Amino acid sequence: MADARGLVKRRAGVRLWLSASWLGLLVLAAVFAPLIAPQDPLMQDLFGARLPPFWEAGSDAAFPLGSDSLGRDVLSRIIYGARLALGVALIAGTLTCLIGSFLGLIAGYFRGWPDMVISRLVDIWMAFPPVLFAILLIAVLGTGLSSIIIAIVVIDWTRFARVIRAEAMSQGAMDYVASAQVSGRKRFSIMLAEILPNVLPTIVVLLTLEMGIAVIVEAILSFVNLSISTDQPTWGSMISEGRLSIHQAWWVLVFPLVTLFLTVLSFSQLGEGLKDHFDPVLR
Amino acid sequence: MTLLRRILLRLLTMAITLIGVAIIVFFVIRVVPGNPIAMMLPPGAGEEDIARLKALYGLDKTIPEQFVIWLNGVLHGDFGTSITSRQPVLKLVLSRLPATLELSIMALVIAVILGGTLALTGTRRRGTRTEGTIDIVNGMALSVPDFLWGLVFILLFGVLWPVFHISGRVSPALDLPFVTNFYLFESVLRLRFDIWADLVSHMFMPALALAIPLAAIISQLLKQSLKETMHLDYVTLSRTKGYGENHVITHEALPNAVLPTLTLIGVQFTFLIGGTVIIERLFSYEGLGNMAIDAVINRDLPLIQGIVILFALIFTVVNLVVDLTYAALNPRLRNG
Repeated sequence: MADARGLVKRRAGVRLWLSASWLGLLVLAAVFAPLIAPQDPLMQDLFGARLPPFWEAGSDAAFPLGSDSLGRDVLSRIIYGARLALGVALIAGTLTCLIGSFLGLIAGYFRGWPDMVISRLVDIWMAFPPVLFAILLIAVLGTGLSSIIIAIVVIDWTRFARVIRAEAMSQGAMDYVASAQVSGRKRFSIMLAEILPNVLPTIVVLLTLEMGIAVIVEAILSFVNLSISTDQPTWGSMISEGRLSIHQAWWVLVFPLVTLFLTVLSFSQLGEGLKDHFDPVLR
Repeated sequence: MTLLRRILLRLLTMAITLIGVAIIVFFVIRVVPGNPIAMMLPPGAGEEDIARLKALYGLDKTIPEQFVIWLNGVLHGDFGTSITSRQPVLKLVLSRLPATLELSIMALVIAVILGGTLALTGTRRRGTRTEGTIDIVNGMALSVPDFLWGLVFILLFGVLWPVFHISGRVSPALDLPFVTNFYLFESVLRLRFDIWADLVSHMFMPALALAIPLAAIISQLLKQSLKETMHLDYVTLSRTKGYGENHVITHEALPNAVLPTLTLIGVQFTFLIGGTVIIERLFSYEGLGNMAIDAVINRDLPLIQGIVILFALIFTVVNLVVDLTYAALNPRLRNG
């Protein structure tokens, strides 16, 4: 049994490090994009369209991962696309987490009518197909970065609210909370000072997962041409264009797809790794 | 709480949920910028024409008034008229529903077969390298959503090794003798296996993309419950009776371990149906989700409403069925 536990721990460690390194690399790429991108991501050159990646015949060393049908450099667009993807992940993820966790804490700890209202809202939200809801919201709000962030927050707050509500409920039934109540403290301050620290590990895990989801939602919206203006490179719009020219230039689809795949995988593996890390049984 | 009271309570919450969905959609889409009326009229139409058309679609009234009129229509089976195609919304939506249902059910079947096989194999070979591999595969399958799996499959089986169709529901050249839109089902009934094969070859990739995350969840949970059950005394007893390991797993452990997985499948199935929206778009599959995205792009308000309400209805019905099945299967809930 001790061996198995060691194995799980070691595997979790590897997962954590691999995914953290990939995300760290992306953050560096996003921050230093103007310094490391070989080309201007928006520069079109119709004579240099659909250049293959560097190892194939007819490639150009200045375009290491090839160019798309308008002659734009694929690598530079991926690097600049990381800015938007990580920005959305960070801002939308954090806002969703704050709002959803707060409502979940209120519902789970205060119970009564706040719980009724919030739980009923969660039920209604769960009856919407999320992707359709997101597209609808973007149609209402108009395209743009802030619309994407609002759409993600509006759709996904229930993820946090549901889980945190259940956790807050089971924490609220424990003795330490009862003794805090007996000592006459305000319920709101007990919620923040006693319950919150105990559900924080769960919140952190959910936040990590939510960041991956935010990246995907942005890509899906770009894919249906509802993300942001076409002159900003995003992974989703690259994938959408690549899907159309898949038989002529596979690299336009493959490289952004692999990037997106690894990023989403890393966020969720990071979340799983953190979950194991916080788990007292494994620790 | 008796079963009857449980059902009544569920029906009541279902109604509240559906009305909530209707209200939210109704108000959200009415603040959509982009005037659907302007899109319908030829350039140079006068003010009078615009006013007449607005009145025709009831868009000249206040939003709460419009909602009451719409709700009254819905209760009489009238979901309004699509602005882009000028056909009744109900007719349009029902014509696409079978395609989405067939895709979702096929995905569910694939998920159950795939997930079940992995869980049983993992239990049979527990503690070996095979189980470790299954865990890693599960982890990956869970982390990556259906949209990305769809893209990966388009690359692998549409371009690199083109064995499946990656676009549409059926080859346009085929002559379809069907009277319903349940093509897959009807092709079997009519013994037209040529059409059936063509349909499956179109559906398999999108269905698999939808199925993979669910298969991983099934595999993970079922394997865990099986492993817990395998330690119980009655399982050990049946082993001492001389039954083989395969028999013990499938006949003794499985029936008791399967209940939590069944509940989970029900909940996750609604997520799978929600996933059809983008997967249908990705594979140009002519279902409800694809129609919904077009409706949003064309600002076809009555059609958007109709589709969202139908999705919400499907979700709540699936949840209700799951809940009741669980209550019926679990004796503690039946009388408790």
